[in-house]
Amino acid sequence: MRTHRWLVPTLYIVFLMLPIYWLLNMSFKTTNEILGTFSLWPLDFTLDNYRKIFTDPTWYNGYLNSITYVVMNTVISVSVALPAAYAFSRYRFLGDKHLFFWLLTNRMAPPAVFALPFFQLYSAIGLFDTHIAVALAHCLFNIPLAVWILEGFMSAVPKELDETAYLDGYSFWRFFVKIFIPTVAAGIGVAAFFCFMYSWVELLLAKTLTSVAAKPIAATMTRTASTAGYELGLLAAAGTLTLVPGAFVIYFVRNYIAKGFALGRV
Amino acid sequence: MAKISLEQVKHSYLAQPAKSEDYAVKQVDAVWQDGGAYALLGPSGCGKTTLLNIISGLLVPSHGRVLFNDTDVTKVPTIERQIAQVFQFPVVYDTMTVFDNLAFPLRNRGIAEAKVRDRVMEIAGMLDLESSLRRRASGLTMDGKQKISLGRGLVRDDVNVIMFDEPLTVIDPHLKWRLRSKLKELHKRLGLTMIYVTHDQTEALTFADQVVVMYDGTVVQVGTPVELFECPNHTFVGHFIGSPGMNILPCELDNGTVRCAGHAVNTASSGRPRSDVTKTEIGVRPEFVRFDDHGFPVHIVKVDDLGRYRIVEVRYADQRVKMIVEEDAAIPSGSARISFDPAATRIYADGWVVN
Amino acid sequence: MLKTANQKAWYFVVPVVVLVAFNALIPLMTVVNYSVQETFGDNVFFWEGVKWFEEVLNSDRFHDSFLRQLAFTGMILVIEVPLGIGVALSMPRKGPWVSVCLVLMALPLLIPWNVVGAMWNIFALPDIGLLGRSINALGIDYNFTQQPESAWMTTVLMDVWHWTSLVVLLAYAGLCSIPDAYYQAAKIDGASAWSVFWRIQLPKLKRVLTIAILLRFMDSFMIYTEPFVLTGGGPGNTTTFLSIDLVKIALGQFDLGPAAAMSLIYFLVVLLVCWVFYTLMMRHEGQ
Repeated sequence: MRTHRWLVPTLYIVFLMLPIYWLLNMSFKTTNEILGTFSLWPLDFTLDNYRKIFTDPTWYNGYLNSITYVVMNTVISVSVALPAAYAFSRYRFLGDKHLFFWLLTNRMAPPAVFALPFFQLYSAIGLFDTHIAVALAHCLFNIPLAVWILEGFMSAVPKELDETAYLDGYSFWRFFVKIFIPTVAAGIGVAAFFCFMYSWVELLLAKTLTSVAAKPIAATMTRTASTAGYELGLLAAAGTLTLVPGAFVIYFVRNYIAKGFALGRV
Repeated sequence: MAKISLEQVKHSYLAQPAKSEDYAVKQVDAVWQDGGAYALLGPSGCGKTTLLNIISGLLVPSHGRVLFNDTDVTKVPTIERQIAQVFQFPVVYDTMTVFDNLAFPLRNRGIAEAKVRDRVMEIAGMLDLESSLRRRASGLTMDGKQKISLGRGLVRDDVNVIMFDEPLTVIDPHLKWRLRSKLKELHKRLGLTMIYVTHDQTEALTFADQVVVMYDGTVVQVGTPVELFECPNHTFVGHFIGSPGMNILPCELDNGTVRCAGHAVNTASSGRPRSDVTKTEIGVRPEFVRFDDHGFPVHIVKVDDLGRYRIVEVRYADQRVKMIVEEDAAIPSGSARISFDPAATRIYADGWVVN
Repeated sequence: MLKTANQKAWYFVVPVVVLVAFNALIPLMTVVNYSVQETFGDNVFFWEGVKWFEEVLNSDRFHDSFLRQLAFTGMILVIEVPLGIGVALSMPRKGPWVSVCLVLMALPLLIPWNVVGAMWNIFALPDIGLLGRSINALGIDYNFTQQPESAWMTTVLMDVWHWTSLVVLLAYAGLCSIPDAYYQAAKIDGASAWSVFWRIQLPKLKRVLTIAILLRFMDSFMIYTEPFVLTGGGPGNTTTFLSIDLVKIALGQFDLGPAAAMSLIYFLVVLLVCWVFYTLMMRHEGQ
């Protein structure tokens, strides 16, 4: 049994790759071929679907919109979470435990519950259909997550580091920026990864808060599925392209993933 | 119980070792007599733990053989070697009680429950663990946990050897000596072979009858604590054991006469190094350096008063020599003359002693 | 770590509190507001007290989707947790394959949820999908758009595909943090592979598994996009889980009162389960 150990992960990965392969396969087919014949690989290989996405602004703007609000959200979440996580990891203050728990409860709020009120709230303050609206809305679950992850990493840094720096005459902010942030760089990487991931994959809120100008790619796809008939090849190509940013991000943080998870803080 | 022999054992963690630096253990021949208390002493990274894991069977050496009582066990798995090992960090099974922890090795070997009970009670008695037998092992202090690790080795009556891999590292200092004397007591009482790995010379010298000193993947000397002190085989042993360590001074050979910075020195070494050595030195412990009006001239650099004696550091040319002086002896100031006790001064060629 | 008392630390937390409160409290107040009022449009509201709560709690529709939700969450936990542990146990600990495994396994986690739904839709369709076609070729009648059982199976399989990797990654990280000495001691003690798993690995994984189960419970209980894109909650209502039902009521029928009441009940259930689970685990830990 020991010698055939590799079989389990291999089979599992094959299972994971099958639907992805099928999506890729479809994206290189014409709609006619998809609907007309069943084949395990594209018989009539075409790049038309991708060409259309890269030339039609309603398509490629979808990607740009998604990436814009995801990056905005990641920057906002991590930068406000940094000082907060520092406070939670280093100090006791009035209501700290309750506050921490309250933050985490927001990670447990079903987005469906908030969809309608969010729509009304962001319409009322005139941010409807902007990137910042989605970026702010995603803070609801990403900030608690970032605080949680960063607090774990920061608690692992001994307090003596802070004290030594103060003895060496560092001011608080100079210490925080020059010494502390580089020390917890791995934690920031992990937190940014998860903020990116959850903001990138979420659709319900992103779709509710946008109509045209900031519409995410995922929503563009849904619309295509319903209005432009069933252009499956195009849909498959668009879907395949949404895998790319994720794959990139995973590749860069692959060595941190296990570490981040090891802290049990995800 | 058994005599353990290592024959030309070498080990490398690399798949294709090429240079001698690729080996964690370079070449070891050693015999561990049945019932002995051994210490394996050396600095971090010298291959102690690797050698221990080779004996326990957790590693199969790249070259050489391991014999238990003249039977080749090089490829025999750990469980069949009947050995026990205590690790640097205590290993306890968190979910089990202390009793179940101690019974675990016996139950795994299918021993009848009545016998398991007897053995566990006996060992728990020796280790003063009776009062906590019903408690969960995870709730114990570090030294309690380390006792459980040890107890799991002791409950089996078939063990050939018990090995300790720096077992006192995580124990509070004031409990260290208690646990160490417990080990000595158990050794006397049970007559088991014990191998104790450490980098701490005090631990090694107080525990062991025989100390095996390792340096850079090789065994440099095996001997009693007294032998290691009086006749170090290698400059490393001289330097590593003793406080302060041995003085190692470069010297030249002039027609069979040993000279340090031009002054003739008498030594206990009657032989002379071969002509192909690159480095000749003499070694003399600070205990055997004296002020002597007929010796060679030095400058006194520093005097440290340690109460019962003083350590004087002197200098000649660019060499520093440490010497130990009784607390009431007079120490000249500025310049002085010193000599070495010839019976305790030896020549070392490329690090190895010349007899 | 010993923390110093320092009330000024509040300044550090203020930005986080403001941002989260803005997103959490105002909408939550809106929901509470709706849940106790009735409206006939034109922003005219009437006080209704707990009427909507009674209505929701007594409605068969809510009971049905709640039970469906429980069944779904139960099923995916029963499948994903053991499967995830099993895969993590058999993964290599070092070498070049570790990165390959981690990257490929993490991939499904980073796919937008509606793409997951769409991907499974075209993968499972009985005429053009690889899975649907293969199952039918085996002689089993399978069509997830029409048969409730097939729709269920497909939804569960999709979730297993999507999220088991999270359990794998957590369990793997937990396994990697067990020191070698434990395995060596177990070898010396003559422990069987089963005892090693039961006595060493599982106890050491307890913490990460708690987190894995909590996360999987929370996220599967809130699941919306993937089944909505895959089956639209159908055929009939067979895959209409709580979130899908909620959105149907709130945005489809615009019944704001019942939708708001249902939202609050829903949120409270998630909170309650998480709290109970967390407290039980912590108490167990304390023993």
